[in-house]
Amino acid sequence: MRIEAKFKWLPTPLRSLLLFLVWLLLNNSVSAGHIVLAVILAIVIPLATSPFRTKQPLILKPGLALRHLMLVLYDIITANVQVAILILGPNNKLTPGFVKVPLDLTQSLPITILASTVSLTPGTVSAEVYPWAESLTEGEEPEERFLLIHVLDLKDEQALINTIKQRYEAPLKEIFQC
Amino acid sequence: MTEWIISILLLIGGSFVLVGSIGLVKMPDFYMRLHGPTKATTLGMASLLTAAMVFFSTTQAGFSVKEILISLFLLLTAPVSGYMMIKSAIHHKLESIERTQGKDNIEDDV
Repeated sequence: MRIEAKFKWLPTPLRSLLLFLVWLLLNNSVSAGHIVLAVILAIVIPLATSPFRTKQPLILKPGLALRHLMLVLYDIITANVQVAILILGPNNKLTPGFVKVPLDLTQSLPITILASTVSLTPGTVSAEVYPWAESLTEGEEPEERFLLIHVLDLKDEQALINTIKQRYEAPLKEIFQC
Repeated sequence: MTEWIISILLLIGGSFVLVGSIGLVKMPDFYMRLHGPTKATTLGMASLLTAAMVFFSTTQAGFSVKEILISLFLLLTAPVSGYMMIKSAIHHKLESIERTQGKDNIEDDV
């Protein structure tokens, strides 16, 4: 699933530009020294990382992606408050648990984004994607994928699975059209 | 006025980071400990960095954006590091406390 680069020395021109800009913004300067350093980084980092890249689906609905990002940011703020309350409350009232969420997504980028949002939102940390990548032979597609999550305070397993699927997975499916 | 905004942001950020650290000490097992640092600290750090941004933008010439970039990097890396830690904990078959539900959902290693 390697991607053939168009230019050999600049495999991802947009990413190089992004790295260049981010370096200048981080240093808050446009002096000659920083520009030289930024150019070097913008060339070396994509060259070093391009062998690891695999083909990923594109964001087909940018408007929806932006709305989903806002929703996730809002959820992160509420998640912080909720987890703070749970942490400060009594320990023995908490009922932790592992939950397996069946996934409809198949490609790795949407699954990564879903796992990260689950980690950042109320009381859940994603732990593992089943089946193990190691147990599959190259190119084989598993029948069903699961996301194992650890829940800090598990009350209703089915309701939690439904929330994750409707609130976070459905928009991702629509954004990437897969 | 800006001093007030900066102070309030610093207080909010500091208390969230503190709560995250309290969770790290107080929780009974590794899996529950992980919840504090992955969440409570992201908002805490974001508030602290926003305070820094307001401070540097008002006291120095020019607008400072590197704090936004730092919060973005934190937001991207916090779930990944949490995932790596819980993954290795599962591989090492670390004990979770007795009342943990759904332990049979963990599959064995290949």
